[in-house]
Amino acid sequence: MASVIDHALEEFAAEVGPVGPIAIQGGKTRWDANGVPIPEARLLSAPTGIVTYKPEEMIVTARAGTTVEDLHTHLKEHGQRTGLPDRGGTIGGAIAVGENDLNVLGKGRVRDAVLQIRYISADGEIISSGAPVVKNVSGFNLHKLLVGSFGTLGLIAEVTLRTNPVPAETMWLTAAITDPIKIFDSLYKPAAILWDGRTIWVQLEGHKPDVEKQQETLSQIGNFEQVERGPELPQHRWSLPPADLYTISNYKTGRFVASIGVGTVWAEHPQPLRTPDRGKQIIEERLKQQFDPTNRLNPGRKIGNWN
Amino acid sequence: MSLVDRLKKAIGLSPFHDPLVADLQKALSPDRVLEDYEERLLHSKDESVFEGGLAGPVCFPLTTEEVQSIMKIAQRHDRDVIPRGAGSGLAGGAIPLGAPVVVALTKMNNIIEVDIENRIAWVEPGVINLELSDHLRPMGFHYAPDPSSQQICTIGGNVANNSGGPHCLADGVTDTHVLAIEVVLPDGEVTQFGGLDPEPDGLDLRGAFIGSEGTLGIATKIAVRLTANPEAVKTILISFPTMRAAAETVSAVIAGGIVPAAMEAMDQRTIEVIENHVPAGYPKDAGAVLLVEVEGLPDGIEIDAERICEIAEKHQAEDIRIAQNSWQRDALWKGRKSAFGASTYISPNYYLHDTVVPRSALADVLDQVNAIASENDLTIMNVFHAGDGNLHPLLLFDAEEEGTLERVHAVGAEIVRISLEAGGVLSGEHGIGIEKQQFMNDLFSDEDLNHQNRLRFAFDPLCRINPGKVLPQGHSCADIQTLQKPPEGVWV
Repeated sequence: MASVIDHALEEFAAEVGPVGPIAIQGGKTRWDANGVPIPEARLLSAPTGIVTYKPEEMIVTARAGTTVEDLHTHLKEHGQRTGLPDRGGTIGGAIAVGENDLNVLGKGRVRDAVLQIRYISADGEIISSGAPVVKNVSGFNLHKLLVGSFGTLGLIAEVTLRTNPVPAETMWLTAAITDPIKIFDSLYKPAAILWDGRTIWVQLEGHKPDVEKQQETLSQIGNFEQVERGPELPQHRWSLPPADLYTISNYKTGRFVASIGVGTVWAEHPQPLRTPDRGKQIIEERLKQQFDPTNRLNPGRKIGNWN
Repeated sequence: MSLVDRLKKAIGLSPFHDPLVADLQKALSPDRVLEDYEERLLHSKDESVFEGGLAGPVCFPLTTEEVQSIMKIAQRHDRDVIPRGAGSGLAGGAIPLGAPVVVALTKMNNIIEVDIENRIAWVEPGVINLELSDHLRPMGFHYAPDPSSQQICTIGGNVANNSGGPHCLADGVTDTHVLAIEVVLPDGEVTQFGGLDPEPDGLDLRGAFIGSEGTLGIATKIAVRLTANPEAVKTILISFPTMRAAAETVSAVIAGGIVPAAMEAMDQRTIEVIENHVPAGYPKDAGAVLLVEVEGLPDGIEIDAERICEIAEKHQAEDIRIAQNSWQRDALWKGRKSAFGASTYISPNYYLHDTVVPRSALADVLDQVNAIASENDLTIMNVFHAGDGNLHPLLLFDAEEEGTLERVHAVGAEIVRISLEAGGVLSGEHGIGIEKQQFMNDLFSDEDLNHQNRLRFAFDPLCRINPGKVLPQGHSCADIQTLQKPPEGVWV
């Protein structure tokens, strides 16, 4: 059925228009990621506000300029949250960057949280992909492409997200441990296991008796003590296959905190640029040509940590 | 040429000389490029009621390199290609239009590597879904998506359709469980989408590829996530006087912040058919049942199970049975998984629909769906993934009765209309294929569809792979260039 388009989106689309370079500013928490927009680009912000929230459906629709903090504060009143990272910034920014939260094992990946995106195309049109239901295989998944696209294919205007319940109990524990794998293998669905080479931090989530039982399991392995939060994270973010963390000393990370079982590493030094294979690069170039042939959407930003 | 082949050729059932076949046989081997009429006919059908064209030569590659060769040869001969798994699809996605080269991936069925350290397995596309989980289970893992056809469907087919299944409610569908895909592109180039690392560089081409119904390339290796087997499982069968009461319970459970591993619903007729033909211990006098499963750590699932039972009791639950052992659990699931097959005991044909509606709209939508079926004098069974609002109305009919199939399609169109009006979508699991192309304009604007076609075009600029699917007329590659016809005098 024809969907009702939010007036705020129409205004945003009119602002974007069909010509001239445009850059979108969110919370600027990851402004330098993958290049900065060229100075000639007109700087715009996406509209704000929660459009609909149906706790009984575990679905929320919000405009992209809404901060993640505002969204999660609102959802928390109903005991829910999303997979978006709690590190400041806007919903649109979080999706355009696509980085998962440090407790991704518990709250899920950003890309799995996104059910629908309405974006402004390079022609200034409002385009919709996906739908506000939790299961959907109706047509091509443009919205999947937009997660982590740094706003280079379309400007994210409104997002519908899957929510999930805030666990009844959450606990951070830490101990001096040199073998994080043993911890990972001993626990059932921990929310996060972070390790800096000497110390491990474990976040447990779930029903109280489950968390307590897992805590007991940990106490049999090491001298764990409860703490308020996980460690401070170094500035740069790496993405490695989880098994590579077993031999992380082979990488020039400097000081690091690694997410065991995930493969994300926060490191003192940046991850070296990688080289995309030819087939993937050709398709990415064709997609850019199809969706933004004049390179007016966030010019200056590139997609991915490519050479 | 044998006498049989000469006769077939004489009556037009066998091809005249087609240089394409010779090239394909040279690249693979003669016994893995089949051109018999019977084989082509067999590979022109899937499990749906839809008809398409007659398949071209049917190829059974064994390696990525052979798939590459097929793509390059097809391109050189200006012919389309259609990938195919088990052919268990229900939307016509694997039905050839025109006379494309069929790439049957069923012989690429090796589990290449189980990599416990990375919690993944690399598999070939022809691996059967259930066989993968059976292989992993003794190692303490399983593959989470479990479509009802899991005994026959392939992982490659699951990727094409972004398949779900009863146990996808908490853990997510195929897209959540496929991390990387080796793909042969339409021009024969091999590339990898996604990666084993959590945030691979570049655009999420993996996400775009999954659910694209075999239109963007051919998957030749797939890295699937291993899901840890739960420490404890509780399976609960709850009976209700009406489907409305069952549906309202589903909404209330979700609203209560509980996401069970599975929450399946069956209506009165389904229960009756199951109990009469494949008994599973369901209460025959119930108006509807919910089959709910919670899994995790032992204490937590006790809490969830107790809360679910309390919610059900507040919504007129009549009887609550909890499986006491794995044998009882298997029996309860056997009923659910046998439901579609059991329908053939009471009707020669069925048409299984697939739409999704908001969970809170389930009760009203089901009332409307049943009323439409009744008005059109069609028997209907409802057995579906209630937890995620994924309806599966099963229309029973006898195709031999004149005009029945037309009524079935008319009721199907009404089910789609009702679902969209309730804020739902065209498909939750089966895909669009050729079944629902004509409804795509009801869900998306012209501009939305134009952008979907741009995505398709970026992967396959010549529209060679499974052309004529998903997008409706006016928006598909098929409108840019007519479907590739076989050369004159060939495959006729």
